[in-house]
Amino acid sequence: MRDTRAHSRKPGLRLWLSGGWITILVLAALLAPWISPHDPLAQDLFAGRMPPFWQAGADPNYWLGTDSLGRDVLSRILHGARLALTVALIAGVLTCLIGAILGLIAGYYGGWADLVISRLVDIWMAFPPVLFAILLIAVLGTGMTSIIIAIVVIDWTRFARVIRAEAMSQSKMDYVASAQVVGRSRFGTALTEILPNVLPTIVALLTLEMGIAVIVEAILSFVNLSISTDAPTWGGMIAEGRTSVHQAWWVLVFPLVALFFTVLSFSQLGEGLKDHFDPVLR
Amino acid sequence: MSDVIYDVKDLRLSFPDMSRKPILGPAPRIEILKGLTFQIPKGEVLGIVGGSGSGKSTLGRALIRLIEPDSGQIDFEGTDITHMGEEDLRPLRRRFQMIFQDPLSSLNPRRRVGGIIAGPLRLQGLEGIDARVKEALDMVGLPRAFASRYPHELSGGQRQRVGIARAIALRPDFILADEIVSGLDVSSQAQVLNLLEDLVRELGLTLAFISHDLSVIRRLCSRILVLYQGEIVENAATADLFATPTAPYTQELLSAIPLPDPDQVWV
Repeated sequence: MRDTRAHSRKPGLRLWLSGGWITILVLAALLAPWISPHDPLAQDLFAGRMPPFWQAGADPNYWLGTDSLGRDVLSRILHGARLALTVALIAGVLTCLIGAILGLIAGYYGGWADLVISRLVDIWMAFPPVLFAILLIAVLGTGMTSIIIAIVVIDWTRFARVIRAEAMSQSKMDYVASAQVVGRSRFGTALTEILPNVLPTIVALLTLEMGIAVIVEAILSFVNLSISTDAPTWGGMIAEGRTSVHQAWWVLVFPLVALFFTVLSFSQLGEGLKDHFDPVLR
Repeated sequence: MSDVIYDVKDLRLSFPDMSRKPILGPAPRIEILKGLTFQIPKGEVLGIVGGSGSGKSTLGRALIRLIEPDSGQIDFEGTDITHMGEEDLRPLRRRFQMIFQDPLSSLNPRRRVGGIIAGPLRLQGLEGIDARVKEALDMVGLPRAFASRYPHELSGGQRQRVGIARAIALRPDFILADEIVSGLDVSSQAQVLNLLEDLVRELGLTLAFISHDLSVIRRLCSRILVLYQGEIVENAATADLFATPTAPYTQELLSAIPLPDPDQVWV
């Protein structure tokens, strides 16, 4: 029989890889001003479109090459991580809080609360999300706060839907009736009985949402609707790189790779955490 | 009438039938309990039998006020609890407890056994919780180390013992056991029934034991209530009921019990 007192199992490869990438990225974002080899905004028109270090004609000062204005690609990726991660964290947590609370109320209390919240979610989800975001930014103006608001406003429905279904199936279980038998209040039951059972789902969704927030930020940056035009963003770099992909592929590819691994790591981190910390799956 | 723990008079209960609900207006109601009158004396083990849909579980859940009856009256130790609100019921709740049919559903899968037993004690503001949890585990014959396990790490019989431990830890006067052995294999069934017999004797519990299995009821109960389509068709001492069943439905139930010593013709 397994030793149940050992709370943690050896973290799987999935948790190591995804957690490792996110940790590196967080460190890079925090330390970007100090570890960046160049100023991400500094242009040097004589050093434009330098290839990455292993190719012929590379300047060893620019590891990942330069863009058409001679700005260092590596420095811009590092600084771009700051915006991406800030948006991921704040927008992810806010979306999760709002969506999960509404979902719990709808799923557990049912009745009128469920009717109102569910219909609201249905109506909300009928809007095309990207257009909705662009419209919101147009109204709110550009800036990081606007990006975060746009993501929260669009994506809370994802949480509300899933958590509602989960809370609903949990509240049919006898342990909820059992809590009533001993006189636990409705609110107390939601907090101490239902919430621990939907928490694994919430965590998995939260990290998934962080990945989505990174993508949405990149999309808005790509169409130039995030922060000021010359500020380093992954989406902005991809947009620039797209125009010169035949002459300087690295301007497009490197931010794309960073984006890809970040989104992948976020979604895998959630699954990994769920496997690792959920006593039922363990 | 201080020796009566439950006094039930003309208990009626119905549920809305959502499948026949018109688009506008309220759904028609299905009567589940059609005017039940009976008493449960203190210290008695009452068996409640009936087929599925007879209303036996609904009756049980009305007794411990998980659901509110439409009309009639339920007196618990002289207090009318028929339409009592949840706030007023709270102090009374530790005195009537329930053991559920499926422990996988009735034990929160993400809490440890110790926490599951301690939760109700803490909620009711009792003292010496750790000692009470250990005592409850001892009484149901589970090792104390099980307090740090999760329900899914136990076997079916062990899980049901946790359910019993949770109910008796509060030292209630009355326990409702709703089909508690029907999910278990025969040997665990026997063990859980033995345990329940011992506990009833030691703690002086009053027990209502709901089952569809008359052979289980016969072993445990001193009195039997037979329900058929929401009505009491028979209410008799166990020995009398098995000797001279009066209602046709009871006779039908009795003839459905597998015989310990079958006729050679059958084999």
